Amino acid sequence: MTKNFSRLTLATLLTIPAIVQAAPTRHVTIEQPWARETAEGQAAGGGFMTIVNTARQSDQLLSASAPVAREVQIHTMSMDGGVMRMRHLPEGVTVPAKGRLDLKPGGLHIMFIGLKEPLRRGTHVPVTLNFKNAGTMTVDFSVQPITAALPMGHGQ
Amino acid sequence: MSDWLPRIRRALWLVIWAAMALAGGVLLFRQYDAAPPPAASDIPFGGHFTLIDRHGQPFTDAKLKGRPFAIFFGYTRCPDVCPTSLNRMAQLRTQLGADGNKFDIVFVSVDPDHDSPQTVGAYVDLFGTPIIGLTGSTAQIAEITKAYHLYVAKVPQADGDFTIDHTAAIFLMGRNGEFVAMIDHQEDQNMALAKLRQLVGA
Ligand SMILES: [Cu+2]
Repeated sequence: MTKNFSRLTLATLLTIPAIVQAAPTRHVTIEQPWARETAEGQAAGGGFMTIVNTARQSDQLLSASAPVAREVQIHTMSMDGGVMRMRHLPEGVTVPAKGRLDLKPGGLHIMFIGLKEPLRRGTHVPVTLNFKNAGTMTVDFSVQPITAALPMGHGQ
Repeated sequence: MSDWLPRIRRALWLVIWAAMALAGGVLLFRQYDAAPPPAASDIPFGGHFTLIDRHGQPFTDAKLKGRPFAIFFGYTRCPDVCPTSLNRMAQLRTQLGADGNKFDIVFVSVDPDHDSPQTVGAYVDLFGTPIIGLTGSTAQIAEITKAYHLYVAKVPQADGDFTIDHTAAIFLMGRNGEFVAMIDHQEDQNMALAKLRQLVGA
C-alpha cells in the first residue's frame, strides 16, 4: 500500500509538480459549517463546524480569517459552578488522526471579532481555515437564526 | 498567590449557588404542599438598580414593579449560554400559553465596553418575543452585580481584548422585586416551567 502510494506520489511529482503544490491532498474536510446571526452593532459572533481528518496523523487548525470580521479567533467555553467562561486558544485546536472534532454550542467555536457588518440569517459568510498539515481552505458558513440550537436542515 | 481571590470568590459563589438551588427546590415543594410560601425577601438576591435602556434612557428597578420578571446577565459576544438562556425564556413563555404575558424578561449586558444600549436592544429583538434589553455604566453594572451576587470577571486576552466570565443562572423575581427562584443553565425544562408557573401564579 505505502509503497504503491509512494510510487504514485513520486510519479505525480515528477510529471505535474506545479499542480501537486497548488492542490495538496485533502485529508481534512468540513461538515456543517454555520454561524449564529448577530444584531446590528454586535461586536462579535460565533461559528461552528465539524472538522473531519482522514489522515493517519493528527492535524491542527492553526488560525482562521474572514472578510466579514477584523479577526477570527478559535475559542472554547465551559461551565464551571454556574459560571460561563470563554477562552481564546491562540495555538488553535488539534484534530485527531482519523477522527473528528466538533466545534459546537457549549464548547469549541470560532469567534468573528470586529464584525464589519451583522451576520444576517439566511446568508453565507466565507471563512478561510488554516491547518498545519492540510493547508488552507475556504468554507462557506451558513448563518442561522439566533433561535437555532443546531443548524437547520440537520435531519429535518 | 494572585490566584487566591478568584478561587475564593468561585468557591463562595458555588456555596451560595448550591444553597439557592436547594432553596428553589424547597420553595417548589412547599408550593405543592400548599403550605404558606416562605418569606422570599430573606433571600438576598435583587434590590435597587439603575441601568440604561435601549434608547439611552435611565431604567430603574421601579419600572419592573407590579409584574414578576425573569432576569439574566450576559453579553452579546457570549457564544452560547446567553442565546440559549434567552431562547429558553422565549420557549417557556410560549409553553405558559395565556400566562406567558404575565411576566417580563430582562437581559442585562455586563459588557458596556462592547454593547451599546442600542446594540442590546437590537440583540434582544432577534429572539422573537418582547425582552427588555439593558446595560449601564461600569458603576451601574457593579451595583446590580452586587445586588444579585453575580460572579462577573473580565479576563484579559493576550491581544488586549477581554472575555467576561459570568453567572449563567436566570433569576425569577416577584412583582415587588423579591427573589422567588433561580433557573440553572443545565436545569430540566419541566422544572424550569414549574418554577415559572409558580412565579406568575398560574
Ligand atoms: Cu468566543
